[in-house]
Amino acid sequence: MKISVCILIASALLLRAAETDSQVDARKVALDLAGAFSNDGFKLRDGHWSGPIKKGEQALVAVNLYAGNQYWFSVGASPTTKKFTVQLFDESGKPLTAESYEDEEKAAAGFAPTISGQYFVAITPADGEASTYCLVYSYK
Amino acid sequence: MVFRLGTFAIALVAVSFCMGATDSRSLTSDQLAKAIKSDTITIPTPGELFAALEKPGKTDWSGQYRGPIPTTFSNRAQIALNLGGLIADGFIAVEAQDSQQVKNIGADILKLAKALGVSENVLGRGKSINDFAENNQWEALQEELEATQNEVKSSMQSNQDQDYVILVSLGGWIRGTQVVSGSVVTNYNDASAKVLRQPALVDYIQTKVKEMSPELQKDGLVKSVSDQLAGIEKLVTFSGTPTAEEVKKLNEAVTKLMGEIQNKRDAK
Repeated sequence: MKISVCILIASALLLRAAETDSQVDARKVALDLAGAFSNDGFKLRDGHWSGPIKKGEQALVAVNLYAGNQYWFSVGASPTTKKFTVQLFDESGKPLTAESYEDEEKAAAGFAPTISGQYFVAITPADGEASTYCLVYSYK
Repeated sequence: MVFRLGTFAIALVAVSFCMGATDSRSLTSDQLAKAIKSDTITIPTPGELFAALEKPGKTDWSGQYRGPIPTTFSNRAQIALNLGGLIADGFIAVEAQDSQQVKNIGADILKLAKALGVSENVLGRGKSINDFAENNQWEALQEELEATQNEVKSSMQSNQDQDYVILVSLGGWIRGTQVVSGSVVTNYNDASAKVLRQPALVDYIQTKVKEMSPELQKDGLVKSVSDQLAGIEKLVTFSGTPTAEEVKKLNEAVTKLMGEIQNKRDAK
């Protein structure tokens, strides 16, 4: 994992005063996962979304992407949930075929847009349990 | 679409790795309307834009430099807009791997940040920018510029200056779009031109500008920028790839706007 990602994780821990413990923990998990992609040349964007998702709900986050870039959207959860998914949708809300990774408290989706514009990242707890989630993304 | 993945990805495959969406249902218009949007994740950084521009072929980054801009503005909205533009200039200098230019821009960024009354933490980043530039640590510099931008915004939020945060992002987007459209005008190709399509992004920025305090919206520069954004939104709305003529029109529009933003004026 690159030093910069370690610094971001350390920053996440230092931000405890501004964020809840769950948000900090979820962000650490998300940054850990994103750090793995940085080994393959993906740059971590310095910015994130975090918040709780209630039972039976879904968080939908709007992002603006550029054709030609490749992206990985990494999500961490705290407290650990048994399973959740990260899905991508185009600007009209149509689901996209993406590479995906799921492993208990973390999940990711990878995508290379051919059209620039708005896309949506959906975070959906599959086991119905409420938890706090954090989304970060990487690009190259 | 299959990414080339490194050793970690192989480990991922062993755990759980698959292609395809797990739910084939489309989102409803109500769901789309309620999607979460925030400055920290919905507005891309200049670095993302420039990374996409670079894909189809080599870009003449040093050819995108502009002359030094004034750093003695008294109007806070103008300072915020120019700060965003300067941060985009910093990304250009990093892409050009020009350490002296990075240091010059870094010094100007800090002058404007100081004028906005941001925290000492941000001002301390000046040394990091200089050190990274001195040692040609380009990737670290790009991360430092992103971190500086975020810290400026977070400091503004703490100072109850949240209305100015969107102006920093807007300044960066306008300068980034000016550079990319200028580069595409000079050397048109479909792949590079495609990155200019961003209607939802401009719409989001416009919404945020309209949410600013009535007093700030009455500021002459903010009003002019806001008025011109409506026209620019149309210029970045096309299906797929813009023509060379469309890119030229966009470049003219954002160049005019950037000129207004960086033109020194003292009256509010």
